[in-house]
Amino acid sequence: MKFFMVITLLFVSTYSYAESPDGSEILTKVDQNMNSETQVVTSKMLIHSRRDTRTVESKSWTRGTEQSFTEYLAPAREQGTKMLKLEDKLWMYSPSTDRIIQISGHMLRQSVMGSDLSYEDMMEDQRLSKMYEATVTGTETVDERSCWVLDLVARKDDVAYHSRTMWVDQERYVPLKEELYAKSGKLLKKTDLKNFRQINERWYPMLIIYKDVLKTGDGTEFIIDAIEFNTPIPEHLFSKAALRR
Amino acid sequence: MIRFLVKGLLRDRSRSLFPIITVTIGVTLTVFLHAWIEGEMGDIARSNARFTTGHVKIMSKAYAANKAQVPNDLALLGVKDIIDRLEENYPDIDWVKRIRFGGLLDVPDSTGETSTQGPTTGLAVDLLSPDSPEIATLNIKDSIVRGRLPEKPGEVLVSDEFAEKLKINPGDTVTLISSTMHGSMSMQNFTMSGTITFGVNAMDKGALLADITDIQQALDMDDAAGEVLGYFKDGIYHDAEALELEKTFNRRFSAAGDEYAPVMFALRNQDGLGEYLDLANYMSLIASSIFVAAMSIVLWNVGLIGSLRRYGEMGLRLAIGEDKRHVYGSIIIESLIIGIIGSAIGTLIGLAVAYYFQVHGLDIGSMVKNSSMMMSNVIRAEITAVTCVIGFIPGILSTLLGAALAGMGIYRRQTAQLFKELET
Repeated sequence: MKFFMVITLLFVSTYSYAESPDGSEILTKVDQNMNSETQVVTSKMLIHSRRDTRTVESKSWTRGTEQSFTEYLAPAREQGTKMLKLEDKLWMYSPSTDRIIQISGHMLRQSVMGSDLSYEDMMEDQRLSKMYEATVTGTETVDERSCWVLDLVARKDDVAYHSRTMWVDQERYVPLKEELYAKSGKLLKKTDLKNFRQINERWYPMLIIYKDVLKTGDGTEFIIDAIEFNTPIPEHLFSKAALRR
Repeated sequence: MIRFLVKGLLRDRSRSLFPIITVTIGVTLTVFLHAWIEGEMGDIARSNARFTTGHVKIMSKAYAANKAQVPNDLALLGVKDIIDRLEENYPDIDWVKRIRFGGLLDVPDSTGETSTQGPTTGLAVDLLSPDSPEIATLNIKDSIVRGRLPEKPGEVLVSDEFAEKLKINPGDTVTLISSTMHGSMSMQNFTMSGTITFGVNAMDKGALLADITDIQQALDMDDAAGEVLGYFKDGIYHDAEALELEKTFNRRFSAAGDEYAPVMFALRNQDGLGEYLDLANYMSLIASSIFVAAMSIVLWNVGLIGSLRRYGEMGLRLAIGEDKRHVYGSIIIESLIIGIIGSAIGTLIGLAVAYYFQVHGLDIGSMVKNSSMMMSNVIRAEITAVTCVIGFIPGILSTLLGAALAGMGIYRRQTAQLFKELET
């Protein structure tokens, strides 16, 4: 009888593990898939505001999660505007004023180029697995793909979003959609990740749709035109001097 | 007879000096208080009209629905065309476009790094057109503390208090960090041509006054403006006309279903100012009425005492055969002369004092330093047509009424009684 119970328990726990793997493990795999040593991305943002749609083109160079340099290429008004992120600091260079301004405080909550992304979103400089405690709460199908539903709760208070719900592809370990919440439980943003392409060993979304639910408009489409992983980036790019070049 | 009575009044100072002084003091107080109440009550509406509401204001429907957030992304487009049509249809009104905006004013050091920085509330108006009415409407020329008016594009005025906080002087470069109407971050360099005191604490804390063309360019608002304000050419708000204008404009231009269609609001229908205007009118009427009534009682007593003091004289005049009606008439005419002279002098003195406070005002800045209301730091009296005549109500009528009441006794006195009084 005792033997039968032990076998049953072992079977049940093994089955449960297979059904609901550890949330942290899933999140670590997501981090591994979405991040790389370096990334060079050419992209455009289609910003669907309440009144019109604008397209902003940019090229970004990223090293790890702490260093990033972005140059805006179009439209003409934004051309030459550059942004530099070094750890927890963010600077912006405007060619019309020839000034480098550090973006801090409440300015971080402002929208980037009128999109549904804030500077605070860009400042997220740690991997999700380090920032959040993850729990698997179920399974769902999104875009005909089986997903784990993960509830993420921040380990610290100094994060932009206190909790998240993430739908992670069970096979590719990439998020297919995400909901971001404030500490009060209020939904702040929604993200849909689409058009996955396999680049080397990883799957990566070539279209991310951001929707700030507190903002009117139909969201922002972030379209990746070209992406390179782990290509060498010159060190001097991640310096304030590079902003004026 | 009037000449005789005037001579009597001039020669017998006890009959004229004290009553005239009393009437003068009462009328002076009435006139001044009326002007003060008018000035104080009208100030908030005037300040709001100058800076915020205009006599009428046009916004897009969507902007109007969220106007507290100053949503420039919902601003009126094709503003030149809108103003051209307004000028053609409503030539009795000065039409001006304005943009309100918020942001940070950043001061660079010699290396271009941020030296100081502070949040700013900006107002963009037409500062550079030679025929712009805005310089006069906002009283900008007289409000400059240091430096000068902007004379060319790229120059701005900063509130003096804010400039001192940022440690900047005329000629210094400042960078405005704000949002374009599309939501992008905007940075624009300006030269501070001077500093200004708006006289409204809410603005003096951190305001920036810039030319509208510069701000249209900085905020990517080509031919767009958040608001179009209309001012009656005589500078005075006419409530009934403004409401009628609002009705006809909205019937003509506000297309149903178009959230960006222009919509007009009269001053009365903005920011709860309607209730305030009504309250101000009632308060002014009640306060003036109470004071006029109080002064009337005082001056009535003066008339009574003046006439009663001459009880013996009246008795003698009656005893030697003067007609009661004639004696009564002379008292009335004398009181009328005293009332007119006292009221005229009192009105002149009251107007002079009121004029002083209309020009110089009383600075209450230190008392309202934490206020965010559109309220002047300097409270001023305001002389209106009513101020010029209101003193005559207690001045003449009450003196006359007092004398008339006191004089009633004349008709009750009998000749036999008069002789008995004279013997004693």
